[in-house]
Amino acid sequence: MDATQPPPRSVLEAPDIARVLTRIAHEIVERAKGADDVVLLGIPTRGVHLAHRLAAKLHDVTGGPVPVGSLDITMYRDDLRLRPARALARTEIPAEGVDGRLVVLVDDVLFSGRTIRAALDALGDIGRPRAVQLAVLVDRGHRRLPIRADYVGKNLPTSLRETVRVQLAEEDGRDGVLLGRDEPAGEG
Amino acid sequence: MKHHLISAADLTRDDAVMVLDTAQELARLADRPIKKLPTLRGRTVVNLFFEDSTRTRISFEAAAKRLSADVINFSAKGSSVSKGESLKDTALTLEAMGADAVVIRHHDSGAPHRLATSGWIGGSVVNAGDGTHEHPTQALLDAFTLRHRLAGGGDGVGRDLTGRHITIVGDILHSRVARSNVLLLTTLGAEVTVVAPPTLIPIGSEGWPCAVSYDLDAVLPSTDAVMMLRVQRERMTAAYFPTEREYARRYGLNGERMAAMPEHAVVLHPGPMNRGMEITAEVADSPRCTAVEQVTNGVSVRMAVLYLLLGGAPASPAPPTAAAPAAAPTNTAPTATAPGAAGEAEENQ
Repeated sequence: MDATQPPPRSVLEAPDIARVLTRIAHEIVERAKGADDVVLLGIPTRGVHLAHRLAAKLHDVTGGPVPVGSLDITMYRDDLRLRPARALARTEIPAEGVDGRLVVLVDDVLFSGRTIRAALDALGDIGRPRAVQLAVLVDRGHRRLPIRADYVGKNLPTSLRETVRVQLAEEDGRDGVLLGRDEPAGEG
Repeated sequence: MKHHLISAADLTRDDAVMVLDTAQELARLADRPIKKLPTLRGRTVVNLFFEDSTRTRISFEAAAKRLSADVINFSAKGSSVSKGESLKDTALTLEAMGADAVVIRHHDSGAPHRLATSGWIGGSVVNAGDGTHEHPTQALLDAFTLRHRLAGGGDGVGRDLTGRHITIVGDILHSRVARSNVLLLTTLGAEVTVVAPPTLIPIGSEGWPCAVSYDLDAVLPSTDAVMMLRVQRERMTAAYFPTEREYARRYGLNGERMAAMPEHAVVLHPGPMNRGMEITAEVADSPRCTAVEQVTNGVSVRMAVLYLLLGGAPASPAPPTAAAPAAAPTNTAPTATAPGAAGEAEENQ
């Protein structure tokens, strides 16, 4: 980032993220009337870490184990041909499978909705869930597809010139959500 | 990664690790109910085989189909090549049909290089074995198998073969597998020794990044993996060793020799095997022999190569004439960087 630009502004700190995940865990249990058949699938990279945190929170609420996995969407992206071939991330489906279960997709930022579109396609090749829901830490708006989140950590109205950067301890050494300016917006 | 894969030397260490890591993820597809990805939908891969092959052609075909590419199989037998058509005219025909990638096996060393550098075609060229020159995807699948078997816990993702001793035994002179493996395995940090009778060591091998030995028994105790090569009778125009029995006795791998290897060491064979010649049935059927695993891994590795060559944006500028009809509809609409233009046109579903 350029030195002339204003420093990124922090919109969520570590305690906020923890609180938000606790609330989402309760919402999932409330909507699913328990969380017996819930499977959490994180979208790499940060969605996977969030899914594991969310699973721990769900375990605290329900006492039962919650299967967690990851779902790589690289091969299903609609913009693959626009950039050099990307490295693949891990897809790890829990042993319980997804058939007939309530799959909650977990991602860090919801933006255009294209990532989630790709995730739904990827999920369709893996099995047939009873239902699919979406949990995101930040919804920054600017959807380009008819997709919405079921559980939102924070609604963050942004302009397209702003960047939203989620930092998680597992990946970045610290927790936080930063709002920066004047960089070309990335794909969310 | 470059636009073509002609030689194992085209790959840097990072390129090679990327191929292996990608293959590692793609291998997990085999456990899924739908063993297919939509990534290369609408793209055409031509298997251009001037020489007999079963496992390589089937492997490339399966790899391309699992990535949803359209596959055209072309074998010299029963085609216009048997009527005398040149490589150039065949290539121009494929170009006119809109081939995005050409997988070529040819009995002449250098044919894939000619195809890639002549400007006849705009697509990627993948060498599936040319004469006695190279067979890079075989080397990649061997490296994949080695990394997986020698990783010692975990699947080896992100790692190379640093510090491993690999011994390649047999008909080095006629082996494209040996050439590609020497290059790739050393790129990945392994120390390679080739073992063969002096008559089957090619002139010029002094310049290879490997050691040369004539004594198999001296090398085995310190090797992490031994790769047995087939004696290629069909390429031999002279007597390279007195009798098959003598060759088998001095350079064949039997149970006794396998026992002299370290506990963790594995035996690779690119196939097809000549049981009783370079490898005994006892070794071939032992759990330390990875021949069948290598075939399975071949599909994943070739999927990785096709994905990395064709899946992303074109890496190098294709010749201007290469605007294949199939490539035209893929729009260049920007993503969210240009809000107004980013489009609904993009997805076709």
